[in-house]
Amino acid sequence: MRPFAFKRVSSPADAIKIVGENADARFIAGGTNLIDLMKEGVDLPDELVDISRLSLSLVRSLPDGGVSIGALAKNSDTANHPLVRRGFPMLSQAILAGASPQIRNMATNGGNLMQRTRCAYFYDVATPCNKREPGSGCSAKDGLNRYSAIFGWSDSCSAVHPSDMCVALAALDAVVNVRTVEGRERKIKFADFHRLPENAPEKDNTLAHGEMIISIDIPKNNFAPTSHYLKVRDRASYAFALVSVAAALELDKGTIKQARIALGGVAHKPWRCFEAEKMLVGKKADAETFQEAAKIALQDAKPLSDNGYKVKMAERAVAKALRRSARI
Amino acid sequence: MTWQQQQQDGPSRVDGRAKVTGTAKYIAEFSFPRMAHGYLVQSTIAKGKIRDIDTAEAEKQPGVIKVLSHKNLSKLAIPAPAPDAVVRPFYALTSDEIRFNAQPIAVVVAETFEQARYAASLVKIAYDRAAHSTDLRGSLDKAFVSGREQPDRGNPEEAFAAAEFKIEAEYTIPIEHHNAMEPHATVASWEDGKLTVYDKTQGIQGTTGYLAAAFGIDRANVRVLSPFVGGAFGAALRPGPNLIIAAMAAREIERPVKVVYSRRQLATAHGYRPESIQIVKAAADKDGKLTSLTHQATHNTSAYENFSENLVGMARGLYACPNVRTVSKIARVDMQTPLWMRAPGMVSGAFALESALDELSYKLKIDPLELRLRNYAEADPETGRPFSSKELRECYRQAAERFGWSKRTPEPRSMRDGKYLIGWGMATGMWPAGQAAASARVTINADGTARVESGTTDIGPGTYTTMTIIASQVLGLPLEKITFVLGDSELPPSPAQGGSTTTSSVGTAVKEASELVLKELAELAGKDEGSPFREIDAANLITEDGSILVRGRPETKLSFTEILKKNNLGHIGLLHRSTPDTGERGKYVIASHGAQFLEVRVDEEIGNVRVTRVVQGTAAGKIINPKGAHSQEMGGVVWGIGMAMTEKTEVDHALGRIMNPNLAGYHVPVNADIGRIETIFVEEDDKIVNPLGAKGLGELGMVGVPAAIANAVFHATGKRIRDLPITPDKLL
Ligand SMILES: Cc1cc2nc3c(=O)[nH]c(=O)nc-3n(C[C@H](O)[C@H](O)[C@H](O)COP(=O)(O)OP(=O)(O)OC[C@H]3O[C@@H](n4cnc5c(N)ncnc54)[C@H](O)[C@@H]3O)c2cc1C
Ligand code: SF4
Repeated sequence: MRPFAFKRVSSPADAIKIVGENADARFIAGGTNLIDLMKEGVDLPDELVDISRLSLSLVRSLPDGGVSIGALAKNSDTANHPLVRRGFPMLSQAILAGASPQIRNMATNGGNLMQRTRCAYFYDVATPCNKREPGSGCSAKDGLNRYSAIFGWSDSCSAVHPSDMCVALAALDAVVNVRTVEGRERKIKFADFHRLPENAPEKDNTLAHGEMIISIDIPKNNFAPTSHYLKVRDRASYAFALVSVAAALELDKGTIKQARIALGGVAHKPWRCFEAEKMLVGKKADAETFQEAAKIALQDAKPLSDNGYKVKMAERAVAKALRRSARI
Repeated sequence: MTWQQQQQDGPSRVDGRAKVTGTAKYIAEFSFPRMAHGYLVQSTIAKGKIRDIDTAEAEKQPGVIKVLSHKNLSKLAIPAPAPDAVVRPFYALTSDEIRFNAQPIAVVVAETFEQARYAASLVKIAYDRAAHSTDLRGSLDKAFVSGREQPDRGNPEEAFAAAEFKIEAEYTIPIEHHNAMEPHATVASWEDGKLTVYDKTQGIQGTTGYLAAAFGIDRANVRVLSPFVGGAFGAALRPGPNLIIAAMAAREIERPVKVVYSRRQLATAHGYRPESIQIVKAAADKDGKLTSLTHQATHNTSAYENFSENLVGMARGLYACPNVRTVSKIARVDMQTPLWMRAPGMVSGAFALESALDELSYKLKIDPLELRLRNYAEADPETGRPFSSKELRECYRQAAERFGWSKRTPEPRSMRDGKYLIGWGMATGMWPAGQAAASARVTINADGTARVESGTTDIGPGTYTTMTIIASQVLGLPLEKITFVLGDSELPPSPAQGGSTTTSSVGTAVKEASELVLKELAELAGKDEGSPFREIDAANLITEDGSILVRGRPETKLSFTEILKKNNLGHIGLLHRSTPDTGERGKYVIASHGAQFLEVRVDEEIGNVRVTRVVQGTAAGKIINPKGAHSQEMGGVVWGIGMAMTEKTEVDHALGRIMNPNLAGYHVPVNADIGRIETIFVEEDDKIVNPLGAKGLGELGMVGVPAAIANAVFHATGKRIRDLPITPDKLL
């Protein structure tokens, strides 16, 4: 590991100041991703600012009936919080589908949003990778791309965002509360938080260097009894998603009033299926309808050489997650 | 608890407490005074030459002592291979040649591990690249017969052509890595020309000899220690680059050096189960009698060694088929040489053979178990020699009954549990039961304790426990009065722990040495005029709670302590070397057998498979350590599940590089992947195999499992997966 200075701060403002002034400084929260990246030589900070003890770990209700989860609340505490379990069970399911209990006990919500791709080339500094080293090329394009994206990839990168939690947050129209380097508060709609690779795959999201995630708000909804997170993976636990689906419905006597579908493991960001959602509104919640929605959700998928299976898998997973949401 | 009770319940691991409390030390935990830390620099190309190593930046870093490579290390004593030699074993850091990606090419030695690791990232290597090839499929046309030629039995070709029921299929298995918990590591120290190493090894003797040869010193000047091994599964059967690098570096800087592989680096710290492509042709008459069997297996080796493992052994030895052809080939790729990995050859071959038998059973419309029974080999089908013992039929019967096999409906997709498809599959495993010469020293002390020593290793199967049990049974001492010592080259020499032969080899030495010590004790006791032990036949001696007595005469009881005290002795001990009775063994075929019956539950919509329950039947002679044996057979099932369902080393052939060298990317099964596992042991009374009557079982337990799973998946879904692992994408 590159030698680094380690600082512990007592306020977000102090942390933001230090990191904002040094391009090679990083916030460290749970450390479950950053430390790995440092050990592999993928990220080489010379200064770490420990924010894990700042009091940003509250989970509380919002006036509108939604919930706000602190950036530094642990993934496990968030998933098990009564407000989340009762009001937003899909978020709870998504978090618990990720990583392992030990990792979730350390991992924070802010860190989860900021975790980097698991593309094997990104983690191996001996290989070309545009995301790690802009301009060096993309090894996955003609290499191993079984885990790669089927939506929104570019010639420069086909990596997927690895988070489960973020897929649920995308479906729930969360809002990310951020403090800027200038000390302003800024709100980022979840759909705008992560970005597609385009020509700058080194940028995972729209957060500027030094900006800090403070909390994540989830507006009130009526999805709780009729939502489901489904994850398909290579082993029963402790594996990233091949594909995953966050599906939520609001039903009125068997008719769909509102629907949300987000996919994980298929793009550089959690992938919302707006067209399929739109098509579902006003329809009867039955298997046929869900099948059709699934088809629409995947109609524009563009697989690479090794990941064609994801199209079929995701289509079936969407239909299945919708059925489970509707409990049919 | 008396030792008799301990036997009945099956004692727990004697080293269990040390392991869970952390007092059992693994290699990377040892250190010497003044020790420095070495961190490896590995190549980033698969083939070519090192043009230049720029160490300037690395050497400027705080704590760095030296960067060592072939350019500045003193030479080894081994003779250089002839320049045109094809087979040239790899000695790390001895030449500029790159033979595989992530080959160690330099070591940074520094005061701390972190200093060495960081400086290693600053070493710059310039290469002259050469074109490489790492793809077995692409090298198939250059595959060659690997020295396992065996003449055809009968006329397999003609019989296949004439057969009414037949199948022909190709089966493929990717490279797999052992991924033991403990990383490969060495701590080396030179003192007055004497080399002492702590090394993760399965073979103390081999490692000692290797170092002596490499450095041109006498064996007596090399000491190798390996008291605990945190899993090896074959990966530590050959000395790894860490061994020679640590020893060379320590010699160079005249300080002890520790070298520990990181998880990423471990992918080339040792070999791996080679990738294989197999073709099986099987034919039977309408009654299900096999008429022809052809098993052709090709696996990869490296560009510089001819590693070959036997994938086709079961095709010759498991079924009574009159016409058999086997072909074993290897093909070169530019990767490191493969290495034995739990049940090497056999489990890969069994996946193909036992899948093929299953395929044939559907053609014949005969139950898969029934098909195997109809072709049961009563004697070795190859030589006609009898088996020393073979309770496979009983394994089939008991395991099938326990599993409930008779309730199976034969049609694929015919069994369901709600939305899930249920599949039941079975297969057979076989493993040759070897025995090698081994030695042990047994000492009985005047305080009534005993010390048993042998230079073997314990990579996890419970050798500490098993040897203690054997000594306890002979000496009549409770386990806690016996200390078994292993893992040191100064102990009586024993073979490497591999091939499931330790109990049979070292165990025999321990048993015989213990018997001989008892005999000497009895002789001591019989020195006195009128002693009941005078001229007593050893067969009439029995032991009980630290005493010796003549059978049927309880009044003759004399404690070990009394005998030694009377003779003014602090202890009595001897060293014994046992050798297999090759003459008698040679008249038989000696093998362990096993049968697996298992259930899978499949969610077809998303390709999700769970192995919900497994019944494993094992016939491996006498079971000496019941808990240990159960745990070995369970471990075998878990390994089989990993091989069948999740494990695959991903190689990028363009880069010639392993791309998932970590436990997040290489999927060993986790707890959540494992359902219920039951083990049944059918004991065999085998007087031929060795005096203990014990055969090996550590590898046997996984042999049939991957095939049984693939067979169950077919029964559940109607989809035959011939390419491992069976990941969800393959079932959509
Ligand atoms: C083996 C393994 C398996 C895993 N499997 C899964 C899985 O299946 N599904 C899944 O979803 N996740 C998985 N994870 C990822 C895990 O969820 C993330 O590592 C974790 O959420 C990161 O949180 P952290 O607090 O540890 O972040 P850190 O490692 O501390 O930080 C990560 C990054 O976020 C930045 N950061 C942290 N907090 C803030 C903040 N408040 N504002 C701005 N920037 C911030 C840091 O500067 C750093 O760059 C896995 C991780 C591992 C190691
Ligand atoms: S897909 Fe993206 S992360 Fe992966 S190698 Fe290409 S550029 Fe790098």
